[in-house]
Amino acid sequence: MDTIPILKIGRALLVTIQVDMHDELAARLQDDLTNRIVECQARGVLIDISALEIVDSFIGRMLANIASVSRLLDADTVVVGMRPEVAITLVELGLGLPGVKTALNAERGLALIGGVSRHRDMDDAVDG
Amino acid sequence: MPSTVETLPIGSGDDIVRVRQKVRVRATEVKLSLVDQTKLITAASELARNALDYGKGGHADIETITAPTPGVRITFRDKGPGIADIKMALTDGYTTGNGLGHGLGGARRLVDDFTIDSSVGLGTTVVIARWKR
Amino acid sequence: MATGESRTDLARMMSENENTILRAWVVAFGSADTRISAQEIESQARQLLQALARAAASGNLSDIRRPEYGDVRDLLSAFSRSRAIQGFSPTETATFVLSLKQALFDHVRKHRTEDAAADTWTLSLLIDQLGLFTVETFQRTREELIARQREEIEELSTPVVKLWEGIVALPLIGALDSGRTQVVMQNLLEAIVQTGAEIAILDITGVPTVDTLVAQHLLKTVSAARLMGADCIISGIRPQIAQTIVQLGVQLDVVSKATLADAFALALVRTNRAVVHIRPNGKAATAPQPGGLPVAAG
Repeated sequence: MDTIPILKIGRALLVTIQVDMHDELAARLQDDLTNRIVECQARGVLIDISALEIVDSFIGRMLANIASVSRLLDADTVVVGMRPEVAITLVELGLGLPGVKTALNAERGLALIGGVSRHRDMDDAVDG
Repeated sequence: MPSTVETLPIGSGDDIVRVRQKVRVRATEVKLSLVDQTKLITAASELARNALDYGKGGHADIETITAPTPGVRITFRDKGPGIADIKMALTDGYTTGNGLGHGLGGARRLVDDFTIDSSVGLGTTVVIARWKR
Repeated sequence: MATGESRTDLARMMSENENTILRAWVVAFGSADTRISAQEIESQARQLLQALARAAASGNLSDIRRPEYGDVRDLLSAFSRSRAIQGFSPTETATFVLSLKQALFDHVRKHRTEDAAADTWTLSLLIDQLGLFTVETFQRTREELIARQREEIEELSTPVVKLWEGIVALPLIGALDSGRTQVVMQNLLEAIVQTGAEIAILDITGVPTVDTLVAQHLLKTVSAARLMGADCIISGIRPQIAQTIVQLGVQLDVVSKATLADAFALALVRTNRAVVHIRPNGKAATAPQPGGLPVAAG
């Protein structure tokens, strides 16, 4: 039975997806993550998809589900490392990722997780 | 017209992975750009999943075409319940960021050619193709 | 139509009288054009004539698509391609092939009086096919050239400029159709990866009209950038454009600024940077001044 390892980095959990996920694996990942979030009182979940050449609606749904469940447990979900060709395809496919934040890499992603964000809100920005 | 066809079964999640891998190989042979390859494989993945989830399983015929323009064509056939309203199924409404937008409309935007044939009780056949620019 | 025996006779006629026919051909073609040397023309003509004779020896004088004419087609393709690339006209290119008729007819008239009419007809049809083939290849080469030029233009007209650490700008020039949008997205996303940009400014000063479709393309680009962790600001919205957008009811759900400068200023704020005015005495002013020279701290 193979599982996807979940690493703890401070108050965040890091998951790196490197294989073609099938239904069982996806379900198991969601279960494992949900448990770990509660266990560690994680503030956020980082999902590294830099190894994924394809993101279809199945993976998209998985990511959105993780985000929904995490939100209920008061944790952010940040997807990092999306490849350009995947981003272009997702946009064409019309697949939104509701509730999912995105960042270029894990380092940036960590900065997005809970508490003080480095970025101010666009709306609050002072002009000039 | 010179071409080579290979048929793969679609009966499980692993089969969908195999379809993706085979389409990748063919797309590489024909030298589609990375973005075009990604779009084609993603569309194939969506349709294979449809065949599995809604069509009760089926087959994918993967074809490489070399002349007059190189390209890859895939035919998805299932013997499922069929689609009652194809037009409805195709208009999933293009949204930018909201909604999970799965379905045929999205897959159609990813490919050059898209044909669908479906009748209630007789199953569904979808043919998609991407050509080298 | 020539008989079987007559056909192979024609083939033999071509090979045995190569030099005479060749000379007549080159004369008929005329070499007033200095783009190609007389030697080159003669060499190409000789190769073609020899290949033609060999092909005709098979007895097939009616279908150039058969394998016997493989060499002939290859030679004509190469010839056509090079002429197309060099900028010759389709007529100039086809004339080379068609003028062979003259040379061959002359020869047939002088030396084969019994079958002259039939032979002439056969040769005419054959050379016509070759002429058409030449033009087709020529066309295709031109189309390839145009396609490649179009790609280059698309690439050139969507440069990505790094304005500052983490901030890139994409000045869009010209109409934004779906083809261009693909190139724009690719260039932008690649730049985001390479520069690690967090903010991308899409400047549409150079985009003539913004209708619902263009807005959709812009929003697609914005969404794609967001998936890579970068936020977008649209700048360069001219007053008329702003009015059109409102009139059309287009929803442009992105932060937008009138000028690139404004957008850059906002981007600096967003990335926690400030522009400081250094007074003549060398000391910094206490508050950052808007619109100052980019002598930014950090």
